[in-house]
Amino acid sequence: MDMKRDYYEDIRLFKSNVVIFWTVVLLIALFTAPLYIDSYNVYLLNIIMVHVILAVGLNILVGSTGQISLGHAGFFAIGAYGTALLMMKFQIPFVFAILIAAFIAAFFGFILGLPALRLEGPYLAIASLGFGLTIMHIIGGMDVFGGRMGVRAPPLDLGIQQLGLTWILKTDVQKYYLILILTILLVVGARNILKTRVGRSFVAIRDSDIAAEVIGVNLTIYKTLAFAVSAFYAGVAGGLFGFVLGFFDPFTFNLILSIMFLVMVVVGGLGAIQGGIMGAALITYLQYDLFKNIAEVPYLGAFLVAVSKQWFTLVGLENFNAMAIGLIMIGIIIFEPLGMFGVWIRLKKYWMTWPF
Amino acid sequence: MPIGQLLVEGLAIGACYGLFATAVVIIYKTSEVVNFAQGEMAMFSSFVAFHILSVYHYPFWLAFIMTMIFSILLGVLIEFLFLRPAKHPSILGMIVITLGAEMFLMGLASWKWGAEQQHFALPLDQRVTYEPVSGMVINNWTIAVLVVATVVMLLLYVFFKYTKLGVAMRATQQNKLAAKIMGINTGRIFSFAWGLSSLIGATAGMFFASRAALDPVFMMEPFLRAFAAAVLGGLMSIPGVIIGGGLMGLIENFFGYYWPHWKPIVAFIVIILVLCLRPSGLFARHYVKKV
Repeated sequence: MDMKRDYYEDIRLFKSNVVIFWTVVLLIALFTAPLYIDSYNVYLLNIIMVHVILAVGLNILVGSTGQISLGHAGFFAIGAYGTALLMMKFQIPFVFAILIAAFIAAFFGFILGLPALRLEGPYLAIASLGFGLTIMHIIGGMDVFGGRMGVRAPPLDLGIQQLGLTWILKTDVQKYYLILILTILLVVGARNILKTRVGRSFVAIRDSDIAAEVIGVNLTIYKTLAFAVSAFYAGVAGGLFGFVLGFFDPFTFNLILSIMFLVMVVVGGLGAIQGGIMGAALITYLQYDLFKNIAEVPYLGAFLVAVSKQWFTLVGLENFNAMAIGLIMIGIIIFEPLGMFGVWIRLKKYWMTWPF
Repeated sequence: MPIGQLLVEGLAIGACYGLFATAVVIIYKTSEVVNFAQGEMAMFSSFVAFHILSVYHYPFWLAFIMTMIFSILLGVLIEFLFLRPAKHPSILGMIVITLGAEMFLMGLASWKWGAEQQHFALPLDQRVTYEPVSGMVINNWTIAVLVVATVVMLLLYVFFKYTKLGVAMRATQQNKLAAKIMGINTGRIFSFAWGLSSLIGATAGMFFASRAALDPVFMMEPFLRAFAAAVLGGLMSIPGVIIGGGLMGLIENFFGYYWPHWKPIVAFIVIILVLCLRPSGLFARHYVKKV
C-alpha cells in the first residue's frame, strides 16, 4: 500500500500532502478549542493530553519494543511528586523541575529495565507490577512526600523566580496551551525516535530478541533505553498531571491506573503513535465523562438506574466504569487485537480503490 | 521476641498464601496464562457465600457447598466466555483479558454489595486457643487453615498422580498438540483447570475474608502476596508453591514484626529479588529458550 522507495521517503515527517492538510486542520482545531468549549471540557482535554503523552511513551515500550509494563503509574507518580517537590522545596523553576523529575523517572526506568533483560512475558508483567506498587507504598510511607495526606501542587510558575521573572498560569485554558505544546513536541519526538536506528532496534527486539542480538543489536543498551525513554514520557506526563489535578495523594497512582494506561495502548493500537493518541483520548473520555455520568445518558442511564434499584445498589452504579472498561479490554482482544488503529487501517484499505 | 508465635502465625498465613498460590499455579501450568483475575474470582465467591449466609440464613455447610459449586461455575464461565473466543492471543493479550475480567468482577461486586466492609465469619471460635508448647498460641483459625491446606495438597497429589483426568491435565501442560492427538479434549481440560483453580481460590478467599473483612478490593493484597509465593516456588510446581507460601508467610511476619511500617512492600521486594536472581523460582527447573 505505501511502498517506500528510498530511505528519505521513510524518515519524512509527513507522508503526503493529505496528511499535512489534516495535521494542520487538527492543530488549528486544537489551538482554537478553548474559544468555543466550556471550562470542564478544557479540563478534560488537559487530562486527555497528559494521558496522550503517557500512552505514546508506553507504546514505545509495549508496542514497539514488546516489553510489558504494569508499573507505569510508578513513573507517573515519580514525575508528579518530583516536579511538585522540586519546585516547593528547592525553588527550582518549572521547566527544569519537570525535566529533572522526568530524568529521575527515566533513571528508575533504566533500573527496572535491568531485570527485564532476563525476564519476559508474564514474569516481566509481575516484576513491573511489583515495582509500581512499591513506589506507591514508599511515597505513601515517607513524610518527605507528604505521606498519606497527599501533596498540593504549587502555583504553575513558568518564569524563573531567581531572576525575578514570574508568569503564573492560573486557569485551565493557560495550562491547556502549555500542555498542548509539550504534547506536540513529545509526540513528534516519539515519532522521530521510532524512525531512527534506535527505533528500528526496538522493533527488531520486539519481533525476535534473539535474532536482533544475532544481527548486532545490543540488547542491554536498547532494552534499558526503551524502559528509560518510556519512563521519561511518563515522568513528564506525571509532572503535568499534578498541576492539572492540583492535589494528589499516593493512592492516585494505584494498580488500576497502571492497568488503565495499558488499556489505552492496547485499545488504541500497539506500536503506532496514532494508536496511543486515539486510545488515550477514547479511554479518558469514557472514564472521566461518559461512564462517570452514566445515569444521565438517555435511555441507557434510566435502564441502568432501574436495574440498580431492582437487583443492585444505586450507590454502586459508579462502578459501572470498572465493569465497562473490563468488558472493553476483553472485547478488544477477542474481536480486534490490533485496536482502533487496526480498524483504521482496514477501513483505509477497503476504500483505497473505491469505487472499484 | 515471641519467635514461636511469629513462627506459628507466619506458617498459618503462609499456608493460606500457598493455598491461594496453588490456584494461580494450576491455571498457569495448564494454559500458561497468568490469571490476574484470580483474586477477584475468590472475592466474588466469598461475597456469594456472604450473601447466602446473611440474606437467606442458610446453615454454613449448605452455604459452603453452594459457594463451591458457584465458584466452579464462575471459573468455567470465565474461561468459556472470555478466554476461549480469543484466537491465538499473544501473552500481552492474555494478560489484558484476565485484567479485564478482574476489573469486571470488581465492578460487578461493588455494584451489587457496595464498597463498605462486611463482616464475614467462619463457624470457628477464634477465641479458643491452645498452647502446646509455651510461647506458641494456636487458635482455631490457624488449625483450620493448616488442616485444609494439607488436605487440599494431598487430594491434589492423588489427583495429579493417579486419576485419568489429572494425567490428562499433565499431558496437556507438557505438550498441547500431542495431548490433542492422543484424544484429550484440551478445551475441556482448560475449563476444568479454571473450575478447579476457582474452587481452591474461593476456599482460600473465605479464610482471608474471615481473618480481615470482606469488601470488593480485599483480595488485592493477598493475591499479590500469594503471587510472590508462587514466584518464589517457581509458578510451575505445586510442592514448590506450598514451600514458597510458607516462606513468604514467615518472611512477611518476621519483617512486619521489626518494621511494621514497611510490611506492605515485603511481597514486592521478594518478587523483584527472586525474579532478578532466580527467575525460574527456588524450586523449579531452569527453563532455556530454544530458537
